[in-house]
Amino acid sequence: MIGQEVRFEDVDGVRTALAESNYLADDGIAGVVYLADRLDKPILVEGPAGTGKTQLAQSVAEMAGARLIRLQCYEGLDESKALYEWNYKKQLLRIQAGGDDSDWSEIEEDLFSEEFLLTRPLLEAIRAEDPVVLLIDEVDRLEVETEALLLEILSEFQVSIPELGTIRATQIPLVFLTSNATRELSEALKRRCLYLYIDYPDLERERQIVMAKVPGIDANLADQVARIVRSIRQLDLKKHPSVSETIDWARTLVLLGISNVDGQTATETINILLKYRTDIDKAVKEFADRPDELEAGGT
Amino acid sequence: MTVTEESSGPAGDPNPDTPLLDLLAGFISELRNAGLPVSLTENLDAMEAVTHIPLEDRDAFKYALGATLVKNHAHWRAFEVVFEVYFAIQGDEYVIPTEADAGDSGDGTAQPGEGAPQGGGGGSMSGLTPEQLTEMLMRALMNGDQAMMRVLARQAVIRYAGMEPGRPVGGTYYLYRTLRNLDLDDILERLMATAGEEAPAGLTALEERLERDEFSDRIERLKQEIEGEIRRWLVADRGVEAMARTLRRPLPEDVDFMHASREEMASLRKAIYPLTRKLAVRLARKRRHGRKGALDFRSTMRHSLNYGGVPAEPKFKFPRPAKPEIMVVADISGSVAAFARFTLHLVYAISGQFSKVRSFVFIDGLDEVTGFFEGIEDIGEAVHRVNTEADVIWVDGHSDYGHALGVFWEKYGKGVGPKTTVMILGDARNNYHASQSWIVKEIQHKARKVYWLNPEPRAYWDTGDSIVGEYSTYCDDTYEVRSLRQLEAFVEKLV
Repeated sequence: MIGQEVRFEDVDGVRTALAESNYLADDGIAGVVYLADRLDKPILVEGPAGTGKTQLAQSVAEMAGARLIRLQCYEGLDESKALYEWNYKKQLLRIQAGGDDSDWSEIEEDLFSEEFLLTRPLLEAIRAEDPVVLLIDEVDRLEVETEALLLEILSEFQVSIPELGTIRATQIPLVFLTSNATRELSEALKRRCLYLYIDYPDLERERQIVMAKVPGIDANLADQVARIVRSIRQLDLKKHPSVSETIDWARTLVLLGISNVDGQTATETINILLKYRTDIDKAVKEFADRPDELEAGGT
Repeated sequence: MTVTEESSGPAGDPNPDTPLLDLLAGFISELRNAGLPVSLTENLDAMEAVTHIPLEDRDAFKYALGATLVKNHAHWRAFEVVFEVYFAIQGDEYVIPTEADAGDSGDGTAQPGEGAPQGGGGGSMSGLTPEQLTEMLMRALMNGDQAMMRVLARQAVIRYAGMEPGRPVGGTYYLYRTLRNLDLDDILERLMATAGEEAPAGLTALEERLERDEFSDRIERLKQEIEGEIRRWLVADRGVEAMARTLRRPLPEDVDFMHASREEMASLRKAIYPLTRKLAVRLARKRRHGRKGALDFRSTMRHSLNYGGVPAEPKFKFPRPAKPEIMVVADISGSVAAFARFTLHLVYAISGQFSKVRSFVFIDGLDEVTGFFEGIEDIGEAVHRVNTEADVIWVDGHSDYGHALGVFWEKYGKGVGPKTTVMILGDARNNYHASQSWIVKEIQHKARKVYWLNPEPRAYWDTGDSIVGEYSTYCDDTYEVRSLRQLEAFVEKLV
């Protein structure tokens, strides 16, 4: 395979560079990104929704100064959307333009040349001359059968087109696959990837994320936000607040000019963190019930 | 987990590759023993990955192995345990003294890395009274002083665990002894009280709650320190392989529904959703697989205008995916109580994925519970309603499959049609009542498929009052479903 310079010096370098691209990575994340570069392997990123899986790919692209090519997966995605397609309208025109006197074998050869090839994200990433990061988003939405489309490109970094032959990568791109784990991915796919699970961040990291992402927030409020969110995540909810929701909430608090969150503010703005009625009720009960009881008892 | 560089384990061994490779080989074979599917490619990847990692960095080493060997987050815990055992911090200080005098040897060889935070090493510790130790622990927890907590955890283990060399145990007992002596619940309350006093205006409910969560979190970390500490002692005493064998637990997908603990049940519940989604896809995909439907004449004509009336681009109708109807008939009697709870979660998850699901529960009577699951977002509530409100008892509350099936056929038999898949869940322990298996035969005639899922080990089928054999004659297939893995296998076979 094509030899290539390493992109990153060491794990710490990755972490610092990511922090400059506004992504706070923990040791695991930075370590796996670093390894992916060294081993030339794709990274399969799993984790709850809204923990920054897609953002990671974007930040890595930004940090490596690479173009991000994104393939959004959905049920029913097929090779003409993911790999390549023949531009047959143009082919039709070519045949008509040829007229009667031209040689058919010449036309035939011509028809399946690169001129008539429409590149889709996967092929585009393979053929790119400039540095690219390929993001295959929400792989778990693909049907199991379609997953096989990805295998060749992930292990060999090549695409086989029957009419043209095999197209090899000019350079090995960094590949990220994200999955919300709504279904188990096939062994074949997993085997070809490094696996990274991004969970909800711990208190300290979440606080730093809030500090970094919300301009004008003071340390005290960020700390409170992170702590309240952690407490909410410990409840048994249908959907726990994601990092992006935490950030939204912190932004709201800043906009409202609140510098100190008390029980009332928390319950009034909790609908930014939680999106299900039952979850909101449960959380409100947890955080606001006791003062009511106390007051009722006191008066 | 952070480890200072002095505490080098085998992972930190700077020279030759061979011991490390041997250790890795042993590590990987233990992972396989624990049930993790580690392929040869992954094995090679791991070997290559560690060459890119500075070996003295234990965290990086762990993540390198994790990223290459563990491809399922549910397996991470099992991986961690094996990792902690195989790449434990080892050293002379972890030798359980044969004499009763445990405290003495523990501090005598206190290593510089751990002793450094408070300057004096462990030596100053053994003189403490239990009260002083608790006091120091309180202060460490109050300030969240991780380094101090480690030292204290170590001290507590030396003092309270009462380890004896050579005992073939996994450490749960030692952990229990240590924790009982420390009385962490009491410490939590005292921490809360101190926090309350320190706040000038007293704590609001929210603040109190947050403080409590914070302290619980710290105490949880302390517990992990203690557990790790005990494990290190045991690994030093009993050797890596023996320890790994003792600590081996079934993976989440292998946990038996009937004997699952509370935590195991909770993690099983989370795993159900992806599974039912898979089930949904499998059942609905049949017709969608041929991507195109019949020729759509109107659309083709419209598009032909682009090419001057030449129908160059044929358009096809979208195929209508089949809408599967499912009927779930579940036994919720005592003999399958643990499984029944799981079953209800499964039913709930299924009803979220399919538009037409009807669910029934029975013991000796049978009742439809479809309504309980509709529009309810809290499964706990639905399960509670099923258990309290469903009219499933006819005579005595002992399973009577014959009668329950009879009721089903009489009341709901009309609902079974050629598109319906019927799933019956139960152990078919009929308490020697009449089997009425002709009903299953009738259902099979009318329905698309009939499946029987039995939570009992196959060896017990048709023993005693189990008559699953009699019913399975009329089912399209019968499956033993005792773990997630088997449930998944069932879903796979549905194709």
